Amino acid sequence: MTTQVPVAEDLFTWPAKEPALIAGRAADGTLVFPYRPRRLNGTAREELARVELPRRGTLWTFTSQRFRPPAPPYAGDDTAETFEPFTVGYVELDGVGLRVEARLTEPDPEKLRIGQPMELTVVPLGRDPEGNQTMIYAFAPVEV
Amino acid sequence: MTTVPEVAVIGVGLHPFGRYPGKSALEMGEDAAIDALADADVDWTEIQTLFAGSMDVKNPEAVSALLGMTGIPGRAVFTGCATGGTSLAMAAQSIRLGEADLAMAVGLDKHKRGAFADHPSVSGLPEWYGSAGLFLTTHFFGMKINRYMHEHGITEATLAKVAAKAFRNGEATEHAWRRKPLSEEEILASPYLNYPLRQFMYCGPDEGGAAVVLCRADKAREYTDTPIYLRASTLASRREGAIEVLTPSLPVRDTASPTTHASREAYEQAGLGPADVDVAQLQDTDAGSEVIHMAENGFCADGEQEKWIAEGATEIGGRLPVNTDGGLLANGEPVGASGLRQIYELVNQLRGRAGARQVEGARVGYAQLYGAPGTAAVTILST
Repeated sequence: MTTQVPVAEDLFTWPAKEPALIAGRAADGTLVFPYRPRRLNGTAREELARVELPRRGTLWTFTSQRFRPPAPPYAGDDTAETFEPFTVGYVELDGVGLRVEARLTEPDPEKLRIGQPMELTVVPLGRDPEGNQTMIYAFAPVEV
Repeated sequence: MTTVPEVAVIGVGLHPFGRYPGKSALEMGEDAAIDALADADVDWTEIQTLFAGSMDVKNPEAVSALLGMTGIPGRAVFTGCATGGTSLAMAAQSIRLGEADLAMAVGLDKHKRGAFADHPSVSGLPEWYGSAGLFLTTHFFGMKINRYMHEHGITEATLAKVAAKAFRNGEATEHAWRRKPLSEEEILASPYLNYPLRQFMYCGPDEGGAAVVLCRADKAREYTDTPIYLRASTLASRREGAIEVLTPSLPVRDTASPTTHASREAYEQAGLGPADVDVAQLQDTDAGSEVIHMAENGFCADGEQEKWIAEGATEIGGRLPVNTDGGLLANGEPVGASGLRQIYELVNQLRGRAGARQVEGARVGYAQLYGAPGTAAVTILST
């Protein structure tokens, strides 16, 4: 069986039944995504706490990608011939005042609507040099 | 006018934008520079400083090797899609500082077809952002207009009208790249590239050059009877919280875009307001950007574009003609040159020599640029 590995460290909790995105949190509550260990605060470097973000939110906006993005940097496990259009959007996470950009699992933009509830998931993306399957976070529409 | 201009444009030149196999970007910049020098009736040996913008050419100031190696300072300039505004502003600043009485800004580029590709690290982003297929500025254009349409009641038909206007104006512009008019129906029948933006609502990267000769305002009439004065030039970068290109996350708060900030500052510099503007060139990477930029530059309130565009207000002959030469949609975008194409068009409009697309009695022209990494430039010109 192919080993599944996150596309990057410190991006989301994995393996996990309910994966969550990882962010940095400053003393004043500011959230930094993607996670960085420190930021400039006035004149000094401030260490950031490593926190998990809420898994649910609402779709703030979205768009679609019709053609295979230039590769590199794109590292999807597809070719120009096998590429399937995908969608991306910003999901406004519940209760933390942060919108996160993400791939969405629904490929048809006409089936998405602003304001609909979304939930974090993790989906296959491509292969790393060792042949492992890389995994990326995405948001899926929540059936209501 | 409440301010005394210090800098004038005395000549503009263009190498038409499009595709020119076998011709280098520097050669296109050379042609544009020669065109601008002829327009100004100035010899290249009289130019005392050069600011050259390009994305794909590392040392665009090497255009002086083609024009003549006169030993003047030549500097490369790059601020993404705002590059033309910056090369113009820096040339003007060298005149204000007394470094030069005559300066040139030139832009030149030669891009491959298709989306720009780069490593995310050049924008301070992690590698996975590119791996996941998120490192595309076009996603931003789709997402920003989708949200904007939702909040402000802009319809898809309005986006189609903006694109149709661009190609109609392109038809009336001899040097435009896209000169075939497209109906709103044809535009709405083209596939979505980035929902809700369709193929014929997008500009394409291409090739070309543009150049401007600037002069101390008090000496401008030695060279021309129709100097065009630089009233304002501003540049603003992104602020935390605004929806911008290539942004993995943003806080939930209302923050104005860099265009809004650059615009307000430009009106203040010029001592003018949106109602004083007779003709505008707004960054139309896509039809949605033009709609948004109408409001961000103060010409109308958010949502009023729907009515303005239905009434033809942004057509030549309307209350505020926008992108009279077809803008980026009809000319494409050689990034380093695109902003100076706007200046080329405005100067021709303000000098009354825009031919079939002339805006009658135009006295104040306005140009705005926006692009990665969240940078906006505004230039205001007047007779």
